[in-house]
Amino acid sequence: MGKRMTSLMGWVDARMPVTAKWKLHLSEYYAPKNFNFWYYFGSLAMLVLVNQLLTGIFLTMNYKPDASLAFASVEYIMRDVDFGWLIRYMHSTGASMFFVVVYLHMFRGMMYGSYRKPRELLWLIGMMIFFVLMMLAFTGYILPWGQMSYWGAQVILSMVGAIPVIGEPLKDLIMGDYMLSDAALNRFFAYHVVTLPILLLTLVVVHVLALHEVGSNNPDGIEIKKNKDPKTGIPVDGIPFHPYYSVKDIVGVVGFLIVFFGIIFFAPEMGGYFLEYNNFVPANSLQTPDHIAPVWYFTPYYSMLRAATVNFLWIDAKLWGIILMGGSVAIFCLLPWLDRSPVKSIRYKGPYFKTALTLFVISVFVLGWLGTKTPTPLYTTLAQIFTVVYFAFFLLMPWYSKIDKTKPEPTRVST
Amino acid sequence: MRKIKNILFVLCLLPLTTFAAGIEVKLDTAPIRTTDKLSLQRGAQTFVNYCLTCHSADYMRYNRLRDLGLSEKQISDNLIFTGQKTGGLMHTAMVKKEAKQWFGVPPPDLSVIARSRGADWLYTYLRQFYRDESTATGWNNLVFDRAAMPHVFYQLQGEQLLKVEVVDDGHGGKHEVKRLELSKPGTLSKTEYDMQIADLVNYLVYLGEPAAAYRVQLGIIVMLFLFGMLGLTYALKHEYWRDIH
Repeated sequence: MGKRMTSLMGWVDARMPVTAKWKLHLSEYYAPKNFNFWYYFGSLAMLVLVNQLLTGIFLTMNYKPDASLAFASVEYIMRDVDFGWLIRYMHSTGASMFFVVVYLHMFRGMMYGSYRKPRELLWLIGMMIFFVLMMLAFTGYILPWGQMSYWGAQVILSMVGAIPVIGEPLKDLIMGDYMLSDAALNRFFAYHVVTLPILLLTLVVVHVLALHEVGSNNPDGIEIKKNKDPKTGIPVDGIPFHPYYSVKDIVGVVGFLIVFFGIIFFAPEMGGYFLEYNNFVPANSLQTPDHIAPVWYFTPYYSMLRAATVNFLWIDAKLWGIILMGGSVAIFCLLPWLDRSPVKSIRYKGPYFKTALTLFVISVFVLGWLGTKTPTPLYTTLAQIFTVVYFAFFLLMPWYSKIDKTKPEPTRVST
Repeated sequence: MRKIKNILFVLCLLPLTTFAAGIEVKLDTAPIRTTDKLSLQRGAQTFVNYCLTCHSADYMRYNRLRDLGLSEKQISDNLIFTGQKTGGLMHTAMVKKEAKQWFGVPPPDLSVIARSRGADWLYTYLRQFYRDESTATGWNNLVFDRAAMPHVFYQLQGEQLLKVEVVDDGHGGKHEVKRLELSKPGTLSKTEYDMQIADLVNYLVYLGEPAAAYRVQLGIIVMLFLFGMLGLTYALKHEYWRDIH
């Protein structure tokens, strides 16, 4: 049996180097041995991606992308399809958990300087994944055709329309109609189940290939490839991804599933944050809800959109809002060039960076919270203050990261 | 660092505290017990007798009511008035177009009403109707001002009247306190009526997500399995990582 297997693999390898790729990406991919809790979220993002694809396929089998049938078909899935409720909750909870996992994955990168040389491109590909993920979430949220689907989409599409010159035609092109209607729903369905998933999968493959080229960063932010065993050429602080990190990530997977299924089985609406109450009302184009709030993962950007209240420099407030909102996401792409610190990891960075990062996290949470509220003068002022804090984290970084008091980096990773 | 962690934790919880703000009338807590099958059966009875006349539950099939411990025969004998088969959806007999003429808006479908409005809102709303000659139906509601829906339970609850008192709040200001008073008693006492509405809202909560009870049951089994897996996978990881540390 073993002999036969070897000769079969020999046959395959002569035609396609499966064994060599297995070694390159898994059994002989050397990852730093000091990964901590924060390093689970990359593989978890992959897990959630697979979850979204699989549950998505089953939902597609029963969902009807038709403005008069969509809402009812979702309820049909919830009631009449065997375990349809489970599949749907896995998909809806998966969408929110995708953002939880990706935000933590990005925060890990910010703490340990994973965006710094030589991983700038890896970071940029990651940002592209994030953009596509946001579009996927947006298009997916429209599909149940509830009140929040409809009016949330109105808000986002009116923003597209506010882009100078190309805005209006671009909006019509995206929607396939002059208003949000059945034609638009069909287009969003096509984007959500074909266009964007293909883009996302491609980018994820590129992201992993790029990672395996430069190698993983670690909590110490030092390059393990600088210190290789002279005989074997293997980094002394590296261990093969498989089996060490594959067995470790499985523990992370089970831990994640406990939280994930805990939500699905015991609180699938998450108090209105994962499934908004108003989205259990069918879309009605004649009745604007009193309060339109996006799902939690978009609320920080929504706050910044609303924070712009004055016209300034020939640009009106609405466009400023869109510039702020777009800028708040796009600015992450500049991180590799904004950080001038001689060290990568927060472990060796000084008090300025630590304070700045803390303020940044607080501003994200406060903006996120404000995004769920109906605006009042006080809330708008708060949103403006924290928008400034948010952008200051990035724009002042070249200055504070340079003058910060850093500690010397070690030569070996600490375990 | 610890302090920062604590602050972040509190900030994470902040949004949870303020979700229900904005509702003026204080809502009563609905005594929801979706495991109480008798209460659900009574609720279903009230639902088909009163609600289904105007409202639909278009996403729900009659035979799903077997969840409540009823047989197909019991369902078709007692709960179906439209001559439908038990596999049919709970449609209303009212024509949407006519309903719109009569009430201004067609009565909403009730399949997921408990998920959008919440049980407490429904429980309070159905008990807060009062006589108001200025409206088209002759009824008004404390929770939902000028609701298009008339008080369909008035024979049971009786008729209530609105009493507005101006109260001194002790800080020099005055504010209005609205209170309902029974002017004409119905066939049920206040406690009996509250119980009937509680049963109905209980049923509406079930109707919003019929799989909910099974979901929780299955969840407990899945959780037990996952915690077992956590132990096993951790032991496996520990075994492999012996040679690293």
